[in-house]
Amino acid sequence: MTERYDAIVVGAGHNGLVCSALLGKAGKNVLVLEANEQVGGAAVTREFADGYSVSACAHLLYQLQPEVRKELELAPTLSCEDMATIALAENGKHVRLAGVSVDGVSDEDAASYRRFRKRMTGFANLLRKYLVKAPPRLGTRDMKDLITLGQLGFDIRRLGKNEMREFLRLIGMNIHDELNERFANPLMKGAISLDAVLGSHLGPRSPNTVMTYLYRLAGNAGRVGMPEGGMGSVCNELAHAARVAGATIRTHMPVKRIIVENGRVTGVETVEGERFDSYTVISSADPKRTVMELVGARHVETGFARRIHHLRSQGNAAKLHLALDGLPMIEGLPKKDFAERLVIAPDEHYVERAFNPAKYGESSPNPVVEMTFPSFRDESFAPTGKHVLSAVVQYAPYALKGGWNDEARDTFYKAVIRTIAKYAPDIEQRITASELLTPADIEREFHITGGHWHHGELTLDQFLFVRPVSGAAQYRMPLDGLYLCGAGTHPGGGVSGAAGRNAARAILRREKAA
Amino acid sequence: MKNQPVHQGRLKTPFYSRLSQLDTVNEWHEWKGYSSANALYCEDMEYFAIRNATAVFDLTPMTKYRIAGPDALDYLNRLVTRDMAKIRPGRVAYAVWCDDQGQVIDDGTIFHLREGEYRLCSQERHFAWLQAAAIGFDVTLTHETEDVAALAVQGPTSFSVLNTMGIEGLEELKPFGLTHCEFEGSDLMVSRTGFTADLGYELWIDPDKAEALWDALFEAGKLFGIRAIGTDALELARIEAGFLAAHMEFLPADETVRTGRSRSPLELGLDWLVDFKKPNFNGRRALAEEKRNGSTWRLVKLDIEGNKPAHHSYIFGKEKGNKGEIGFITSAAWSPVCKQNIALGTVRTPYGKPGSSVWVEIYYQREMHWNRKMAQATVVDKPFWFPPRRGATPPGPY
Repeated sequence: MTERYDAIVVGAGHNGLVCSALLGKAGKNVLVLEANEQVGGAAVTREFADGYSVSACAHLLYQLQPEVRKELELAPTLSCEDMATIALAENGKHVRLAGVSVDGVSDEDAASYRRFRKRMTGFANLLRKYLVKAPPRLGTRDMKDLITLGQLGFDIRRLGKNEMREFLRLIGMNIHDELNERFANPLMKGAISLDAVLGSHLGPRSPNTVMTYLYRLAGNAGRVGMPEGGMGSVCNELAHAARVAGATIRTHMPVKRIIVENGRVTGVETVEGERFDSYTVISSADPKRTVMELVGARHVETGFARRIHHLRSQGNAAKLHLALDGLPMIEGLPKKDFAERLVIAPDEHYVERAFNPAKYGESSPNPVVEMTFPSFRDESFAPTGKHVLSAVVQYAPYALKGGWNDEARDTFYKAVIRTIAKYAPDIEQRITASELLTPADIEREFHITGGHWHHGELTLDQFLFVRPVSGAAQYRMPLDGLYLCGAGTHPGGGVSGAAGRNAARAILRREKAA
Repeated sequence: MKNQPVHQGRLKTPFYSRLSQLDTVNEWHEWKGYSSANALYCEDMEYFAIRNATAVFDLTPMTKYRIAGPDALDYLNRLVTRDMAKIRPGRVAYAVWCDDQGQVIDDGTIFHLREGEYRLCSQERHFAWLQAAAIGFDVTLTHETEDVAALAVQGPTSFSVLNTMGIEGLEELKPFGLTHCEFEGSDLMVSRTGFTADLGYELWIDPDKAEALWDALFEAGKLFGIRAIGTDALELARIEAGFLAAHMEFLPADETVRTGRSRSPLELGLDWLVDFKKPNFNGRRALAEEKRNGSTWRLVKLDIEGNKPAHHSYIFGKEKGNKGEIGFITSAAWSPVCKQNIALGTVRTPYGKPGSSVWVEIYYQREMHWNRKMAQATVVDKPFWFPPRRGATPPGPY
């Protein structure tokens, strides 16, 4: 006799937890199966060296959606709220970006930036409205789809003639061209470029990097925070909410396959061989893993399998964790600024050049770096007086020529340390332990195909109506009983909970209609 | 997949040397990269060879794929709408395959050559689609159009011709069956299949033996009225048989741009080929929905009054006072053997139920001037031509 549930959620990533909590609140008997020992998926806090811990993958909170906070009564405590971005300069004349203001640049640039941010925030707000909605399907006569689509058109039109034109001009454009039309200061252009390409296989000259920039702004009007206790504490809170809502969460239970019988999903089987029955299986795993591995291409139709097969989902961002016996010296940086977000992207060309080798399967010899010192404000990360550096480093292509062997990993590690040392010359002496997670490691440890933190490139051809693929953008897959709720679905990655919430709503709405 | 050379210009089939000797009218067209004869001496005489004697048609250019491997059956069952598990080795199945929207990509025949090994034949090329369909299956796909020479040998005396040639075992071979024998040291596959709805066979052989096979066939056929034919005569026989042709009765779904220009199997009268008992196949979800909600189009076979072929005609519900047409003709001909003015067409449902009447607007030219005629047509259920000898086993020695 196997156990039967109203719904089974594969993976206790933050989206899986949000989805299961909301389904639980709606009275469903939900089971969540997580492969790892900790809940949270890629949003976990874990120890990487004796006494030192860190948010293992995602380390900054951009966009936990207010709807999610409200519905699940979440109140994550932030150790840093609205962090500034400091674009490091070798000569110590750093540029500081905070909200709409920027320090360390000419008055002209500062004024331009204010205008730029205002406009971008306007566009981002438009986008934000649609993060928390199931994207409309095209070519249907469903009222809800038509209304949402009409609303989107109306919202764009309502920007006003000039702003609408500007929006349509910018949305497919690359950030490099836009920055060069507006600004002179290279550090500023470098930092914004980095924001536009962080976590993706894109350079500042790649198309639609304005859109990816808007996506970051859309989360929380561009505010970046750091949760106390790391990202794991957010997910622990989510897991608590899910349990309170009645969901059963079982960790260390990797799912081997989603069972399909007579053309519909009927449950899941774990690697251990245990079977759980449910006519609703919701996967927070990425679309490729879900469809091609857990379900099997043969159980879906060819066109759909082909689209999923061709999803672009190869990660290019690595994560570096350093245990330090003290804060490094950075010229011209006041001590309090170690609480902020420090970026190494001296100009927009530097970022593009860092991306160049990645196009051909090589890692960047001069990488771009986004670093934080989570231990600066939050003592839970490191022993007293010691510190942790948590950095996203690009570019480290998943499909590295020759693979991510020890030598390749060492080469990239050295390149990153060399790069950081240009700004913090004593960094190497301070390191007592380190951990480098390449996309290949992220794939292995967090079960994300390609190690891409968005579960699929965030580009216009994989966005909104067509995320993850056309014909499957509303969380329900073309296989009865199968749903997706992870970052691979609309709106995408980042610890937002939006995909999980949208999926839960789609499931409940469908149930009501049936 | 091994790389294959890309040919420049137009190819000649392995039978070209023989066909060109018989050719007197020099009318050729391109068929998937090959030269194919419209007619060799006289379309009418060639047509009567199909119906009254034996006609030989070179079908080498027809697209052929080999599908093999442990998952071949599962693969085909997901690809096509019918249940391939019922097609045993040595049997051939007519099948249709759809995209995810349940729209027909093409129809064709699938030969179960040996256990787990199949040949799929179709008019159009589909390698990209077949490869996409192979994701997640352990199958090998080979494009073998060039590697197999093929002849259709069709007509009432075709059994006698092949029998005289010394091919054994044909007495027992039922329609849609296949058998292997030896011809000059090579494997010769004979299937009882064809595009004419008459007694007939198709021969499949190594291209090196093509000319020898042709010579043996024509030697044996001397006393049985054997004739080589072109595509024009075959096309007439095809319409009499009520068979579909891609680009005539339907457009391959992957070639259409506008919505509503493709057709589902249900709209093409192929309901019998769609097996909803199979849990998954391409188009199943969409077709199940179509079955519930009703189809938009219906394929009709029309028996039209008069003798003017209804080429390209509109179809109307009434003789006069129509608000608009209800469909159009896709293939039309005067059938010499049925003595009927026949056509295939597509009409909007609920029009076109078998037994009902529709009107066809026929335009024809007399000494430069155009005439218009509204002709009444009856929707018929059965193929126009379907003689008992087609299915007789053993076939009669005509």
